Amino acid sequence: MWHYTEKVQDLYRNPKNVGEVDNPDATGEVGSLACGDSMKLTLKIESGKIIEAKFLTFGCGSAVASASALTEMIIGKTVEEAKKITNKDIVNFLGGLPDEKMHCSVMGQEALEAAFNNYEGTEGQENNLTDPIICKCFGVHESKIREVIRENNLTSIDEVTNYCKAGGGCGLCDKEIVRLISEERELTPIRPRSLANLTKAQQIMLVDELMSKFIAVELRKDGGDIELVDIKDSKIYVKLRGACQGCRSSQVTLKNFVEFTLQEHIQDKIEIVEIID
Amino acid sequence: MSIAEKVIYVDNNATSKVDKEVLETMLPYLTDNYGNPSSMHYFGGKVGKALDTAREQVADALGAQPTEIIFTSCGSESNNMAIRSILETIPERRQVITTKVEHPCVINVVKWLEREHGYKAHYLSVNSKGQLDLSELSNAITPKTAFVSIMWANNETGVVFPIEKIAQIIKRKNPNTIIHVDGVQAVGKISIDMSNNLVDMLSISGHKFHAPKGVGALYVKRGTPIVPFLIGGHQERGRRAGTENVASIAGLGKAAELAKKNLKDEATRVKALRDKLEQSILEKVPNAILNGDPHNRVPNTTNISFEYIEGELILLHLSDAGICASSGSACTSGSLEPSHVLRAMGIPFTAIHGSTRFSLSRFNTEEEVDYIIEKVPTIIDKLTQISPYRKEIEKKRIHCANLTDIPQTV
Repeated sequence: MWHYTEKVQDLYRNPKNVGEVDNPDATGEVGSLACGDSMKLTLKIESGKIIEAKFLTFGCGSAVASASALTEMIIGKTVEEAKKITNKDIVNFLGGLPDEKMHCSVMGQEALEAAFNNYEGTEGQENNLTDPIICKCFGVHESKIREVIRENNLTSIDEVTNYCKAGGGCGLCDKEIVRLISEERELTPIRPRSLANLTKAQQIMLVDELMSKFIAVELRKDGGDIELVDIKDSKIYVKLRGACQGCRSSQVTLKNFVEFTLQEHIQDKIEIVEIID
Repeated sequence: MSIAEKVIYVDNNATSKVDKEVLETMLPYLTDNYGNPSSMHYFGGKVGKALDTAREQVADALGAQPTEIIFTSCGSESNNMAIRSILETIPERRQVITTKVEHPCVINVVKWLEREHGYKAHYLSVNSKGQLDLSELSNAITPKTAFVSIMWANNETGVVFPIEKIAQIIKRKNPNTIIHVDGVQAVGKISIDMSNNLVDMLSISGHKFHAPKGVGALYVKRGTPIVPFLIGGHQERGRRAGTENVASIAGLGKAAELAKKNLKDEATRVKALRDKLEQSILEKVPNAILNGDPHNRVPNTTNISFEYIEGELILLHLSDAGICASSGSACTSGSLEPSHVLRAMGIPFTAIHGSTRFSLSRFNTEEEVDYIIEKVPTIIDKLTQISPYRKEIEKKRIHCANLTDIPQTV
């Protein structure tokens, strides 16, 4: 059973703005029956302002709730204002979605984009040469994957799959997705940096960033966490938190994982020192 | 989560209610009789007797000998143990056969054998009714085949495979091939007599037939070599280490006894309720399609697809009405692919995401079934209004209405 927020529950039970607008000024259709979810959004636009929005959705509870939320969010907004709405805004409106359901909010945003393309007559102009399909199972384009990575700070294939389904089928595009993640996060090619050339503040910023991007995310999967305390010369002082605290393998974690991972990005020989409260 | 006060539980293939008699049988072993059956004192010894009784009860329900029953922690353990033991005892044969519709605890073990240990696996196909092609099976067996692992009844569709016949085909082609049957969904639903078939191993799981979760058994035909999966002490005659989960095993024994006793009720009353539910839904809902072989099925299960409507949404609305069912839709599992069973059957994508399984038990009443029959069409109608494909559904409705208006000529 998914743990849906009260808001999500309320909206799949009693969705707002269901149906189709008569003589719509804009129509956006995304998804497909084969993929398991699809959505049709129709809009009435008067002097640049959305005065009516309705949706039809084939999909799960969170897909219906996301679509309903989207219509509520855009009615009364100008086209320019509505264009700024991201899937994150939909998730916030709903008070959160389970990780595996993030793609439902993305479908809402996609339907809105499609509707505006239809309104502005720019639909069908996507160029498959410059924007190839990366995930063939779910027909996800490179631009979409880059967009969800950027807007939601994604760092792993699983996360990308949760947000836009890419990588959720045969797995052949895994390498491509990893490439897009690293390009978007501007971390490849890895250029090891020297701490010696940095100010103390820069040193702390660099190590803190590396730890949060590569180390904390992994430790959190096991209920643990890590905190940077200080840096002196080549010694990096840290505190282990959560499940890592007092864990029998914490020394192994520090040497084999934390030190090894940081060493990949830092030129100078470093040493991790644990501070125990 | 649920809005309705009542709970109508028709998800018995997922898990089932512990029978009161089963619980009563268990309680003494959770309170006063807490001894270790391996201990050398009478306090433990009398607990050991409970294991003997349970073993006899389970054996009796399966048409087996008590020494052929090994208690485990669940159906998944039984399946893992069976497969891993076979491979360890006959390492020279490196070809294995299973079906495309097995439970993940068999399919994923076989995939692991392929990936990590270089085994060659053949996955038998099923037709649109979920049935096997027995000539495909016969052709797949070679002198190198180590085992064939086939389920007796499918958890999603309830489709029953002709296990006795399958076992004959296998043994005729290669008498040395070990036959393992996942019987988790068959026990308590159809008659099982292990003394009268050629199956070597059978897995069962307690919580599917009104025993608690966390207990199962593996039947191993006398003479079939077996090595422990869990290594340690001498429990279960050295075939499965670990201090016995006595209370649950006692419960499993009682549940097996009751399952045998209630088999007729299952085949008549429960089947009649299932048939009423199924027929009424198929009649009342224009976009409803039955999945699976209607003639060879366990009596408690029906799997119905509602075209153009997504399964999770159906379940959430059923849940609001107090009805607990299940779906093969992608969304319910958290994966992006719908049920591997329905995909193997080639169910069209218009229907696969809207599959809904109702699995009854002897605790369901006609009143409950009538309530479901009343609620389902209303829910499907409501969800149709949200579907972008509602025009397609409407076409079917008109088509169905026309069919009933026209006098039927035979």
